[in-house]
Amino acid sequence: MADTAKTTHPQPAGRPEKGAEFGYVGIDAILEQMRRKAMKQGFELNIMVVGQSGLGKSTLINTLFKSKVSRRSVMPSDEERIPKTIEIKSVSHDIEEKGVRMKLTVIDTPGFGDQINNENCWQPIMKFINEQYEQYLQEEINISRKKRIPDSRVHCCIYFIPPTGHCLRPIDIEFMRHLSKVVNIVPVIAKADTLTLEERDFFKQKIREDLRVNEIEVYPQKEFDEDSEDRMINDKIREMIPFAVVGSDQEYQVNGKRLLGRKTRWGTVEVENTAHCEFAYLRDLLIRTHMQNLKDITSSIHYEVYRVRRLNENNTHPSDQPNGHSNGVPTHEVLSHEM
Amino acid sequence: MAATEIARQAGEGARAVPLSGHVGFDSMPDQLVNKSVNHGFCFNILCVGETGLGKSTLMDTLFNTKFEGDPTQHNQPGVQLKSNTYELQESNVRLKLTIVNSVGFGDQINKEDSYKPIVEFIDTQFEAYLQEELKIKRTLHSYHDTRVHACLYFISPTGHSLKSLDLVTMKKLDSKVNIIPIIAKSDAISKSELAKFKIKITSELVSNGVQIYQFPTDDETVAEINSTMNGHLPFAVVGSTEEVKIGNKMVKARQYPWGTVQVENENHCDFVKLREMLIRVNMEDLREQTHTRHYELYRRCKLEEMGFKDTDPDSKPFSLQETYEAKRNEFMGELQKKEEEMRQMFVQRVKEKEAELKEAEKELHEKFDRLKKLHQDEKKKLEDKKKSLDDELNIFKQKKTAAELLQSQAQQAGGSTTLKRDKERKNSGFL
Repeated sequence: MADTAKTTHPQPAGRPEKGAEFGYVGIDAILEQMRRKAMKQGFELNIMVVGQSGLGKSTLINTLFKSKVSRRSVMPSDEERIPKTIEIKSVSHDIEEKGVRMKLTVIDTPGFGDQINNENCWQPIMKFINEQYEQYLQEEINISRKKRIPDSRVHCCIYFIPPTGHCLRPIDIEFMRHLSKVVNIVPVIAKADTLTLEERDFFKQKIREDLRVNEIEVYPQKEFDEDSEDRMINDKIREMIPFAVVGSDQEYQVNGKRLLGRKTRWGTVEVENTAHCEFAYLRDLLIRTHMQNLKDITSSIHYEVYRVRRLNENNTHPSDQPNGHSNGVPTHEVLSHEM
Repeated sequence: MAATEIARQAGEGARAVPLSGHVGFDSMPDQLVNKSVNHGFCFNILCVGETGLGKSTLMDTLFNTKFEGDPTQHNQPGVQLKSNTYELQESNVRLKLTIVNSVGFGDQINKEDSYKPIVEFIDTQFEAYLQEELKIKRTLHSYHDTRVHACLYFISPTGHSLKSLDLVTMKKLDSKVNIIPIIAKSDAISKSELAKFKIKITSELVSNGVQIYQFPTDDETVAEINSTMNGHLPFAVVGSTEEVKIGNKMVKARQYPWGTVQVENENHCDFVKLREMLIRVNMEDLREQTHTRHYELYRRCKLEEMGFKDTDPDSKPFSLQETYEAKRNEFMGELQKKEEEMRQMFVQRVKEKEAELKEAEKELHEKFDRLKKLHQDEKKKLEDKKKSLDDELNIFKQKKTAAELLQSQAQQAGGSTTLKRDKERKNSGFL
């Protein structure tokens, strides 16, 4: 038998001193151990891009990861046809930087929003996302599980808004309303070099207004802020979304430096110049600061919601009322907005 | 609509693509580490060994703090496990350390069941984690992990070989927890004896098939040091929280009349090696092994025991759900059956009681009838008697009136002789 634990707070005698081992236990070496383990295992990231054709999705992904990772680059004989129905195409790449290996999967959705009748255009995408959750759930409930369950869940969905300058279109609202409940959505204004700064600000304000009115929570979601520090950082980001981006994989000479940009007769738009467009902020958000957070929210919130719903489905009979799960935990009443 | 995967190579499963500039995801390990630092770490150590081998002192020395109270007595009736949780902090790392001590191990006369409480404890922690994982609404990321990550097994410094209690206990524990055997109070053994002792212990462990924890050698940065340390197992340690002045430094040591054993001197004992391996190099690996090997084994056995099986390649999906369903139906069926049984028993009891009561009622009625009859008989008798008495009274009255009449007639006729004769007649009438 064991007694229940009581928590006490003794202070370790002494601080870590250089050279003398006296007083230093070495607990903080665990950080180094974790880092080593992470480097050995590598990381996985799954990004989905959604938007009408011609909005520069593939170019943006190539610019984000500074390599030819989009679907177009992989299929050399891709005819520029618009598919009759929405297709979901995913491409995986192994990229490495300074010893850190990452398996990046880009999921493209050609055909979205391109038909004449776009009703329920979000359904195939929703189905795909749920399929990934389903796959992970199946692996997780196996009796003999793999050491590392391969994670194919969509961590982030970048939604491209055409730069009309007015407000969100019904298809945008519909899509984001349905999908913001199952995946992290990052809306961006595509081809933002067609908007002046004032038009851009006005457009952004309208978009934020539309999102608020329709109760759409895009990433970073207010409800998942962990502490006040997080909230401060995320509030700053929330003031800037949607990011107005320009993508390019061509380099031009500007002021003696080679920069990525778009060259026109009246000037060169520098992609990474924050005065020109907000690509750098998007990249920092997605890759340099919030990548782990995106994965965490996907696995501990979106996936758990899916899992609860799935496990409840099998517990309720049409004839009974919902009663307890076999291990005695009461089932969670599924709210309508979770369906 | 089809989800297709294009460009997959056979071996890798993905293309290797070179980057043409700095993307920035090399900060991923930092992001991961930051998240873990915010979250805090937890580590659980189980110390198994006979009373008086210096387990608590060694923990104090390892973590450089005075942990808990007094040394335990030797008269415990059975083996118990006492667990305490402490929060330690070093620079920005917060560690929730749980130390579980086996109390009374090896003190009983009959030690056959000594290992059982320990195995039960370890299983209880696994079970708690499994229950949390199987819940519908779960909070795994904020769950306080109490599974035992490392078991330090303290061997008595006899100098000869392992005791059979040690062998039996370690054999029972090796598939459930990472065992690190250490020789306690090793300042009781001389250097040459120690080398022989270590060899004997290792060979006994191998010949009995006990799997102790091997420090991992697959990562090049630590492979070398780990493989050297693997050769030094079991570690011969000395623990002390008292400080002695050696030269001009204060060091942790044990002072004897013939010399001083310095705890952190590698020539004197293996304490530094233990601390290095347990904390500074392999803490994360110990946690990982516990989760991926020992916990998975427990989970697999437990679920198979409960009747769940994995899917066949072409069987229906969600066999876990269906088995849950089947189990639930079975359970509900059993409940219903029990309910039926209880109801029937209840009905039967009621019937019995009813019969009993009817019996009693009948008896009462009979008694009542009897009494009534008795009563009536009595009444009749009394009435008869009354009647007879009434009759007698009537006869007497008649006779009295007749006599009075005769008397008056005789008076009228006059003659005392007739009176006399009447008197005589009267008297003889009355006799």
